[in-house]
Amino acid sequence: MANYYTDNEALRFQLNHPLMDKIVKLKENDFADKDKYDYAPQDFRDAMDNYDRVLDVVGEIAGDVLAENAEGVDQEGPHVENNRIRYASGTQKNHDMLTQAGVYGMSLPREYGGLNFSMVPYVMADEVISRADAGFGNIWGLQDCAETIWEFASDELKAQYLPLINKGYTCSMDLTEPDAGSDLQSVQLKATWSEADSCWLLNGVKRFITNGDAEIKLVLARSEEGTKDARGLSYFVCTNPKDGSMKVRRIEDKLGIHGSPTAELVFTNVKAQLVGDRKLGLIKYVMSLMNGARLGVGAQSVGLSEAAYREALSYARDRRQFGKAIIEMPAVSEMVSLIKAKLDASRALLYETTRFVDFTKIYGDISRTRSLTKEERVEFKYYQKLADAFTPETKLFGSEFANQNAYDCIQVHGGSGFMRDYTCERLYRDARILTIYEGTSQLQTVAAIRHVMTGTYLSRIREYQEEAVDASLNGLKERLASMAAAYETAVNLVEERKNAQSDAEEGQAYLDLVARRLVEMAGVTIMGYLLILDATRAIKENGPDFMDSARVFINWAEAEVAKHSAFIQHLEPEELSSYRKE
Amino acid sequence: MGLKIVVLAKQVPDTQHVGKDAMKEDGTVNRAALPAIFNPEDKNALEQALRLKDRYEGTTVQVLTMGPARAAEIIREALYRGADGGAVLSGREFAGSDTLATSYAISCGIKNFGDFDMVLCGRQAIDGDTAQVGPQVAEKLGLPQVTYAEEIVAVESGQVTVKRRVERGVELVKAPLPAVITVNGSAAECRSRNAKRVMRFKRALVPSEAQAQAPAYPELYQKDEALNIKEWGVKDIETDVNMLGLKGSPTKVKEIQSVSFQAKESKRLTSSDEDIDGLMKELIGNNIIG
Repeated sequence: MANYYTDNEALRFQLNHPLMDKIVKLKENDFADKDKYDYAPQDFRDAMDNYDRVLDVVGEIAGDVLAENAEGVDQEGPHVENNRIRYASGTQKNHDMLTQAGVYGMSLPREYGGLNFSMVPYVMADEVISRADAGFGNIWGLQDCAETIWEFASDELKAQYLPLINKGYTCSMDLTEPDAGSDLQSVQLKATWSEADSCWLLNGVKRFITNGDAEIKLVLARSEEGTKDARGLSYFVCTNPKDGSMKVRRIEDKLGIHGSPTAELVFTNVKAQLVGDRKLGLIKYVMSLMNGARLGVGAQSVGLSEAAYREALSYARDRRQFGKAIIEMPAVSEMVSLIKAKLDASRALLYETTRFVDFTKIYGDISRTRSLTKEERVEFKYYQKLADAFTPETKLFGSEFANQNAYDCIQVHGGSGFMRDYTCERLYRDARILTIYEGTSQLQTVAAIRHVMTGTYLSRIREYQEEAVDASLNGLKERLASMAAAYETAVNLVEERKNAQSDAEEGQAYLDLVARRLVEMAGVTIMGYLLILDATRAIKENGPDFMDSARVFINWAEAEVAKHSAFIQHLEPEELSSYRKE
Repeated sequence: MGLKIVVLAKQVPDTQHVGKDAMKEDGTVNRAALPAIFNPEDKNALEQALRLKDRYEGTTVQVLTMGPARAAEIIREALYRGADGGAVLSGREFAGSDTLATSYAISCGIKNFGDFDMVLCGRQAIDGDTAQVGPQVAEKLGLPQVTYAEEIVAVESGQVTVKRRVERGVELVKAPLPAVITVNGSAAECRSRNAKRVMRFKRALVPSEAQAQAPAYPELYQKDEALNIKEWGVKDIETDVNMLGLKGSPTKVKEIQSVSFQAKESKRLTSSDEDIDGLMKELIGNNIIG
């Protein structure tokens, strides 16, 4: 009898953000579906009530079913039988229950069997599910593939594939290969047009494919013979042929997320259809899908941090040493407080980003049916830029914090935490992949540094600075302003030094070396602002208390900014050679 | 082959999650302190009904409950999971019913749905633990009954095959339809609420709820007939009011005791015949067994 949605008041608080009014009205096209579907909302309040009720269903399944199955899934894991994947029995039960609950296809339009929800409840469901079983979060999150079909595929393909999602057909995004991991432009799996079959035929090998035996597959393949880069890649969709033309050669034996099978696949003349236009596979469609998946990993990470926080808190309250509960000892409670602060900070960032993504997707959808007004176009661009800038920060910090939190969670447990008996060791193993897949932290830095140098973060920080906060938070706000100033100084310094290099490549190498620090300075400052803004709204709305988290986080973040400032200050381009290892 | 199924369900205080204030000082249940829930074994019964609906096209599932208007929440919970409709037996005439009066009222209510093939209910409710209502309903309707059902295996040629969970194992029995079947807690767990059904049926109301609190979108109740949950009083069903409520209830509560279990002393026994013999005699002497 656990409900992972209702037992966490921070979720309802994030769901009921003031921007939702506008998001929901746009998403529902002024509630045009209300006479067509008996489950469509009548107005804004009705839509929000639907979100709340459906998240209640997801929360109950997460708490009662997924969480109960998580340990068994971790131990049993998936298996390969006759070149097909069989899920761990708990994973199958989880999936069946969520299918029966009709919550897949949450963000898809109603005409395709979806619930037409905003991205906020969809991402929240991901968080709630991942708190119970981070591995299962992938099977949930891969329905993002449907978003790509919705955005870019032809009407015929939409009609063929999208209604399957709500019925519980799972998806996979088949991108990576043995020699094409982070470097996807090296993909070699071949797509050739067959006149005889009037479809494309896929041949080659894919590796590290999450949920590789899914029913619906999006495959990145080389359609332009003789090409070697991204411009020769197209995107294809196919149903799992189940006729032996696609074989699961093996599944990986992984450190964590055992609920999520990772497969090596062999394609032999697999029939597929083209999504969108040729040659745009990687450049346009995969990039769009990856942004969605990165938000998904952000949600997965926050869910895992929530689990780590609860495990740490509960153990620290129960465990007694030296005649008292260990939570009473500052060395322990500092760890627990920091876990909570990082959790609240990464959640605030996650939903801020999700709202930006929501606007972007909705305006994108509208622009395919009619031309946007001038005002709408301005807003579309504004949110698109923010979504683009905030997504890598969300993925970067969500996943790094989840790892730090899982690490500290074990530390709070002491020797017991190292034993297999406690949940924290599974969280620790499950967390480790989060900073790696869907683009490593290093690649998130590559995506984010552009927005450091063009000032996207700084201008958003200035907007936050303009907003009024509760009087009790003015002190923290001043400290955040100083952090923002230190960030700006560091950015200017790096730019100056980069431009001073006579060799442009050396200048770029210098920027690459300090990029992570700059991106982190921006990220922690933004999260600090989000926490004081959330704390202010929570005071007004009698919501959850974010004051402690704001203080604890800003104390930590301020030290991070100082540390990075010092590093950048002292690291002159001349020192680059010390960082080169061959 | 479509079946007409009536599921009996009760709204009960959540006695499985009791806190310190679950009992009042006078020894009665403090209903205010306990959330009202769908009786767990009735949920198992609902699942069996919904599985039959999945299996046999054209099957309809109606849910019947007795209680105040707020018991309509049970019907909504059933609608969220796939039931077609339901009714609440409500009115002060029903208040204070023991199992005899309850089963009489419910048997009258069942008839109000018209023809039916099967009545399904939980083995017992967690507030009274009597396990009497199901069998008594069968008696009142003059129908065969199968108790402790774990799975409805098949329905064919007017017969239902049921797997029963009995003390020393399971048995497979057949009964002619119509029949009353009480379902055990060991049966399959009930399915989850379905998102689209939740969004549609969250508005479903009984008339007295609609009166107490004007519904937000009144026009929907004409458009979507299924949103109107039936509410039956004594006037709506064929019944003898003298057999209802306190009047129809021979059970008299003499005394209620709040019993708290406590281990006051412990005894250490060996596995010798002598010790075991002594223990058996003591337990028989205390009327604990025998």
